[in-house]
Amino acid sequence: MHDFTPVSGLLGGALIGLAAALLMLLTGRIAGVTGIVGGLLQPDTTDRSADRSWSIAFIAGLIAAPLIAALFGAPLPRPAMNASLVVIAIAGLLVGFGTRMGNGCTSGHGVCGFARLSGRSIVATFIFMTAAIATVAIVRHGIGG
Amino acid sequence: MPVLASFVCGLIFGAGLLISGMTDPQKVLGFLDLFGAWDATLAFVMAGAVAVAATGFAIARRRTAPTFSARFLWPDRNDIDAPLVGGAILFGIGWGLAGICPGPALVNLAGLSLPIVVFVIAMLAGMIGQDLLGKTLWRRRTAAAHTIETSPLPSRADG
Repeated sequence: MHDFTPVSGLLGGALIGLAAALLMLLTGRIAGVTGIVGGLLQPDTTDRSADRSWSIAFIAGLIAAPLIAALFGAPLPRPAMNASLVVIAIAGLLVGFGTRMGNGCTSGHGVCGFARLSGRSIVATFIFMTAAIATVAIVRHGIGG
Repeated sequence: MPVLASFVCGLIFGAGLLISGMTDPQKVLGFLDLFGAWDATLAFVMAGAVAVAATGFAIARRRTAPTFSARFLWPDRNDIDAPLVGGAILFGIGWGLAGICPGPALVNLAGLSLPIVVFVIAMLAGMIGQDLLGKTLWRRRTAAAHTIETSPLPSRADG
């Protein structure tokens, strides 16, 4: 569980950065998963049909990645989760609500925001990192909770 | 072509999440667990991602327009307001509970395991809920304050 894998981490991270760079260079858009998914959930789409098809294509790419890896023998991602389904549902609600309220998540604020040196995104990233670390500390070690 | 480019970017992004270990909630929680057996891998993921993205963005800044689109949609806000802080806190708590954020949630959806399906449905419900609630509560004031600044922009989102 605590196997440190810096090489695959750096390589995977570089690919995430490459995807963010290419999306901006090719389509002019920020690779923020919250913004892309959230934009699709918005009902008002008067002249945004192009925007919608790009968003759907990006999300399709995310989901297709493990499917293509599976063609080459990789197992489909079915991650083990310790939390109960109720806690997972609450976590999902908080993640969805919080990322939309704060206008971004790990990709939009964390990766793209840091890469742009956006003060807003750097502040948001430190806050959600701190909140997540505090939550894990309370859940796993009962610190302060 | 732009749709294909977007799809390929999603593919590369998803491959990066898979290779880096971000799609494994146990790995993510191992990084967030500062007081346990800390796994520093995700710091390397972030460093690699930010370095490459920053290089790409620097190239983009020197161009007048993206390849398949009329203009670059750079986020233009720089204010730190209450929804940014409150949203980040709520997101952080949810991330700490499950070890999954929006990108990895979608990549993991391919495996169709029950916890992930439950997480994604709840996440979409949370997004819709905030859009409905936020419109009547905090967004109205924020929107009024930033009308001039944000109205010509197709996207207000940072990410």
